[in-house]
Amino acid sequence: MGVRFPMGKFFSAVVAVIALASVGLFFSRHWIPAPAAQHAPILDSQLHWTLIDAGVIFLIAQFVLAAFVWKFRADPERKTKVFPAGVRIAVIIAVVFIGVELFSAATLGRRAWASMYDGSASNSLQVEAMGQQFAYYFRYPGADGKFGPVHTDKIDASIGNYFGLDRADDMASKDDIVSAELVLPENRPIDLFLTAQDVIHSFYVRELRVQQDMVPGMRIPVHFTPTKVGRYEAVCTQLCGLGHYRMRAYVRVVPEAEFETWMRAHAR
Amino acid sequence: MNSAGVAKDPPRGFLRNYLFSTNHKVVGLQYFFLSLFAVVVGMALSWIMRIHVAWSDAGIPGFQSIFGMNAPGGVLTPEYYLSLLTLHGTIMIFFVLTTAPQNAFGSYFLPLQIGAEETAFPILNMLSFWTTLVALCVLLSTLFVGDGPPISGWTSYPPLSAVGSDAGPGLGTGQNLWLISLGIFCIGAMMSALNFIVTFVDMRCEGMTLTRVPLTCWSWFVTAILILLSFGVLLAAAILLLLDRNAGTSFFVPANLLVSGKIEPHAGGSPLLWQHLFWFFGHPEVYIAILPGFGIVSHLIACFARKPILGYKVILGCMLAIGFLSFVVWGHHMFVSGMNPFSGFLFSIPTIIISLPSTIVTLLWLGTLWGGRLHFSTAMMFCLGFISTFITGGLSGILLAHPAIDSYLHATYFVVGHFHMVMGVSAIFAIFAATYFWFPKMFGRMMSERLGALHFGLTFIGVYCIFLPMHVMGMQGSPRRYAMLTDDFLQSTVAMHQFITIAAIAAGAVQFVFLFNLFWSMFKGKEASANPWNATSLEWLVRSPAPLISFAGELPVIRYGPYEYGDSTEEQDFVMQSDPERRQE
Repeated sequence: MGVRFPMGKFFSAVVAVIALASVGLFFSRHWIPAPAAQHAPILDSQLHWTLIDAGVIFLIAQFVLAAFVWKFRADPERKTKVFPAGVRIAVIIAVVFIGVELFSAATLGRRAWASMYDGSASNSLQVEAMGQQFAYYFRYPGADGKFGPVHTDKIDASIGNYFGLDRADDMASKDDIVSAELVLPENRPIDLFLTAQDVIHSFYVRELRVQQDMVPGMRIPVHFTPTKVGRYEAVCTQLCGLGHYRMRAYVRVVPEAEFETWMRAHAR
Repeated sequence: MNSAGVAKDPPRGFLRNYLFSTNHKVVGLQYFFLSLFAVVVGMALSWIMRIHVAWSDAGIPGFQSIFGMNAPGGVLTPEYYLSLLTLHGTIMIFFVLTTAPQNAFGSYFLPLQIGAEETAFPILNMLSFWTTLVALCVLLSTLFVGDGPPISGWTSYPPLSAVGSDAGPGLGTGQNLWLISLGIFCIGAMMSALNFIVTFVDMRCEGMTLTRVPLTCWSWFVTAILILLSFGVLLAAAILLLLDRNAGTSFFVPANLLVSGKIEPHAGGSPLLWQHLFWFFGHPEVYIAILPGFGIVSHLIACFARKPILGYKVILGCMLAIGFLSFVVWGHHMFVSGMNPFSGFLFSIPTIIISLPSTIVTLLWLGTLWGGRLHFSTAMMFCLGFISTFITGGLSGILLAHPAIDSYLHATYFVVGHFHMVMGVSAIFAIFAATYFWFPKMFGRMMSERLGALHFGLTFIGVYCIFLPMHVMGMQGSPRRYAMLTDDFLQSTVAMHQFITIAAIAAGAVQFVFLFNLFWSMFKGKEASANPWNATSLEWLVRSPAPLISFAGELPVIRYGPYEYGDSTEEQDFVMQSDPERRQE
């Protein structure tokens, strides 16, 4: 059995190097883009702590594996030993580890998850986002605060009627603003209602820490408050067809005053 | 009592003996070679995809001559990239990870290890193999019909997969054939699972009590139950989707869909219903791929550490707990699907809890290694590699179990790295370990340990080079399933993608060392004795290669548990399960 090459020591060395290298890779720089939404720091802190927690366990486990393999190679002079109280210790370690995870899920995790579903605020701006193969369109309700009804048969991209509005007959539709770019005011709560016209898409903005599928037949609300002026890419993360990779839109977060100007310029 | 347990004369003739055979060893080998073929195809597909992603605007020499109009100027079209991606996932999940550990090794060694002459339903066994082969042929036929394989991924979410060619290429005939292939596969998998369950329960030889059964057999048994309960749901879902596509029903398609300028004639369906049905199958499927690995690793490290496995009953309990819990965690695939966020939180709890039994088993493996006399055979090395990659993949899973964290990492390369580390690498390592370990019994010769060491060493380094960087790309927010990297923020990942591709080609090339070793050793390897590893379980009782009739009418009687290693004072440091009673000392 075995070959002359010291396979065990080779394995131990490789495992140790890999363990250190991966921890180094993870913490070598901040891979996650800087947050730009109010709930993002809570989510980031949960991610941060879970990463540290998993990283520590990862290092310990890989090093224990490497150490055991290094130390206990076959030796005719040595008899095997049984790990004293091994089963009990294994169960206790596992219960403590998973207990910590459950505790963090019930506290930090619950808070982070709930912060994304706060519900709408009284001063929130309502916007509708619609996904289609392979573009996003956004709709603001206009001065009346109401979204006009959608008529699928009236959708006609050639005249810019992406939502199928009937501006002639529907009162609520007359002042709806439709845009290919999502312009949002800084520091104001947003209610974004996600829909899809053909297949499932997704709305993912890394900086805003928002990812939510857009499902045909459903109108899914997402609440967040952008806190940093900037231009961010919204990309599709649900396989939606051959142009999936190029389905994107830009989210522009601007100061409140600039937003008002934009709204006035686009008002109908 | 069991007529199948009585030896019969082997049928005569090549066809009955080796092709349409009901013999569990022949069926096991057939499954083995089917998976081997499938994994080569699946790996080749991943090479093509990796090369395309890393150098997506450069014409790749040879691509145009191979793929014709699907790669004009040597650049894959985005739709063909997605076609290959769908095929890669489907082939690997179903025809490699489900069939190899369970059907190939299970069919061959479950009856041998429990001391049965045959499986309970030999004809069903044969039928399940041929059904699976038909399913594979139907799947591969999508390459040659209409506009190619479906582009909807191995999860095939409707409405994309439900509204036909309107939604894109490959979604007409290709998608229909994909669903038919899946349906046929489900039937084959369920037939074989039924056979495994009855064989395990009913065919154990005298003295083979439930706590003397090797953990491999327990893992095949638990996996068979998971298959029986989950593939039925997938079969139903596939039939419903076929009806939506071809019979005008609307299970998964809501009203007022406008696809390619056409209003679809459907109303009242729910796209989320498919996701619930699919993941009700899909999550147990993860454990269908990995549980036999639990059995194989437990079995092998006891043998190569020359120690009894630490906590046999606890490992067994953990496998049963994992089997049960795997049915209540499916919602963690749907945290951002539009499902009620309360459900999301609820599903995250069992998802975290299911890592408890996995953690316990991992620690028990480490405890088994402690104080052992470790023999670093290639089979053992792959078990150790399994433990290392399982730790890595398991811990990245903990991050994804938290819904808020998942809402950032979902559908990014973090998820790709995570599941490839566990389902891809760990499960494949278990298959490699099993191959190196049982090769002498299956083919009567030893594989080259020298080539095996080379194969393991380079593969182990290679898989970490491929899948670790994917985790950081995911942290950075790189979406998966992108045919090209055109977004501004993805430009910084191009170099990393190229590194991964080079690592993937290198690690893939190393697999040819394995293939060479496999086929060379079949004919030229050193002849194997009946029990080359000094192992305890019953398959090592019969000569190598195992004869068509294992026990020739004399079924063994079991007097010992499966892991009696190291506590003998005499020359040999193990007791076979059927050894005569020892003298009182």
